[in-house]
Amino acid sequence: MHSSITKKLAITLLAWAIALVVFFPIFWMILTGFKTEGEAVATPPSLFFEPTLSGYHEVMARADYVKFAINSVVVSLGSTLLALLIAVPAAYSMAFLPTPRTRGTLLWMLSTKMLPPVGVLMPIYLLFRDLGLLDSLSGLIVIYMLMNLPIVVWMLYTFFKDVPKDILEAGRMDGAGTLQEVLYLLVPLTLPGIASTGLLSVILSWNEAFWSLNLTTSSAAPLTAFIASFSSPEGLFWAKLSAASTMAIAPILILGWMTQKQMVRGLTFGAVK
Amino acid sequence: MRSISLIPAAGVALLTSLAAHAETITVATVNNNDMIIMQGLTDEFEKAHPDIKLDWVVLEENVLRQRLTTDIATNGGQFDVMTIGTYEVPIWARQGWLTALDDLPKDYDENDLLKPIRDGLSQKGKLYALPFYGESSMMYYRKDLFEKAGIQMTEQPTWKEVRGWADKLNDPDNGVYGICLRGKPGWGENMAFLSTLVNTYGGRWFDEKWHPEIDSPAWKEAVSFYVDMMKHDGPPGATSNGFNENQALFSSGKCGIWVDATSAAGRLYDPSESKVADKLGFAPAPVAETPKGSHWLWSWALAIPQSSQSKDAAKTFITWATSKGYVDLVGEKKGWTSVPPGTRKSTYDNPKYQQAAPFASFVLKAIETADPTDPSAKPVPYTGVQYADIPEFQAIGTQVGQMIAAALAGQQTVDQALSNAQRSADRTMRQAGYYKD
Repeated sequence: MHSSITKKLAITLLAWAIALVVFFPIFWMILTGFKTEGEAVATPPSLFFEPTLSGYHEVMARADYVKFAINSVVVSLGSTLLALLIAVPAAYSMAFLPTPRTRGTLLWMLSTKMLPPVGVLMPIYLLFRDLGLLDSLSGLIVIYMLMNLPIVVWMLYTFFKDVPKDILEAGRMDGAGTLQEVLYLLVPLTLPGIASTGLLSVILSWNEAFWSLNLTTSSAAPLTAFIASFSSPEGLFWAKLSAASTMAIAPILILGWMTQKQMVRGLTFGAVK
Repeated sequence: MRSISLIPAAGVALLTSLAAHAETITVATVNNNDMIIMQGLTDEFEKAHPDIKLDWVVLEENVLRQRLTTDIATNGGQFDVMTIGTYEVPIWARQGWLTALDDLPKDYDENDLLKPIRDGLSQKGKLYALPFYGESSMMYYRKDLFEKAGIQMTEQPTWKEVRGWADKLNDPDNGVYGICLRGKPGWGENMAFLSTLVNTYGGRWFDEKWHPEIDSPAWKEAVSFYVDMMKHDGPPGATSNGFNENQALFSSGKCGIWVDATSAAGRLYDPSESKVADKLGFAPAPVAETPKGSHWLWSWALAIPQSSQSKDAAKTFITWATSKGYVDLVGEKKGWTSVPPGTRKSTYDNPKYQQAAPFASFVLKAIETADPTDPSAKPVPYTGVQYADIPEFQAIGTQVGQMIAAALAGQQTVDQALSNAQRSADRTMRQAGYYKD
């Protein structure tokens, strides 16, 4: 009995320690956003200081945060919806109507994630130029959808695999067509899984910085471009950069906080099998 | 039927009237202090030119360089004004990517631009970009420490003298290092400085037939001198120090001597950013065998890509942002130490600037005596003091920089580093087709 309490305590402490280590950079960034530029680079770093909003004021004066934030919301939600729209039927057919090539197709889809994006920058840039998609929200939505599609299909595939075939069969006996089967049986049964997949896709799109920096200029630029405009090799802008970063991650951090139960459930779903 | 055909017509009319109302130009720029000030003055420009609206894309130097290169090489047409340096201008102009700026308005006073900067931004006598600010390199030192150690600064210091001074000033126990120099690898970081050191030791990047000369005696002498001095008198972990890190070290009082960009002078002299503002001394960049190429020349400039659809509006903007009027505007609004330095003679003739910036004459002299067309004691096939104006140079410079940083970190000897660097540069040049033998 005694030893199990000690064990529990040790595990709790360890979990707290790991959480602190992981969260510390974010905490430090939030703190730095409220410092002056001088305090931000002071050695030894100051933990207690008079907080100021001057970093935030300057950031707001230099760039239109709301415009960037709206673009981020539109692009990450749009790309996630589009990805789900394509991935649900794809994962359905792979989970319930597998062929000998299904496994290979799944692996091949994942292999597209192994290529560094810069390797296809030029062809994509030229395509986008000719299609008039440079600096457009629709272009970015398409790219993010393509970027997340392999992961979304994989995750949905594992969730769908857990649904007993008999349930779908029973539905079919009652006269449900494929569409009804998916809409009224499969989707409601796996809704938590679909939700966590969607959340992950939103987060990945929100944080993506390579394509958003390369394919947008001003009108479709999301928050990653907003942060990038404050990172500088010359001069001291740490407080402003931290303020801008805090503003950029705040919405997604809050969303993550609110939905952490679903997230954890979704992410550990396949692992326990 | 009639009403249907009216709708698109009305739409077109509306669009045309909107377009006539204000033309939007997209300006891509680096997020250095001077450019942030320019962005902050957007309202002033738009007030004076109500028919032009500015959209800004502000990025960190390396990200910006990649972004702009992608766009201009694919004729993407996303930008109307690009902020590029003296390295890109001649290369991009030869490719036909930039708009020649040959009919500038009279009141722009082209001849007021400093000649070395103007030359650096020209190709075959034609100007392809207008300088926003310019810089050379010079030596900063701590007057108080020099006095305490009984050192007398000379009018033109030599590297041999500098070594002796650094030895005397070095006092790591009290947190002061004799000398701080760039060590972070990169063609625009340690190699910008090291190129000037090699030049003044009589070396060059390439011979007349484009063969690299990195394993030549002059390179060995210069790099050995650098590595040896940094190991004795430099701060620990110097391989991670670039311009920014050294500026932070020097302004917090940790270096006796620092040789770097003239553009740091304004900030070092500003007591709100620098602890050594009242003890700051300036001197020309040190020399060794020859004064040629002992200090670099760089300018950030505004250019108009051929792919821009709004060339006239873009030209209106870049002539405004690089004009005498702009310098005055910044001086009045932001203070005279904040005006973009190193572009116009008139800035240096201005008594208000002279009074606010006692380093002005040093900077002017450094820029005026830097000659990118004659950077080395021996003849060279390229233009540029701290770089060669060929597309291959970025890769070569950065690779050589990494090898020298490895030597500085003690992972290999200087001889090993330079012979490796020579081999790799030779391979790149051969593959690029500069020579076959």
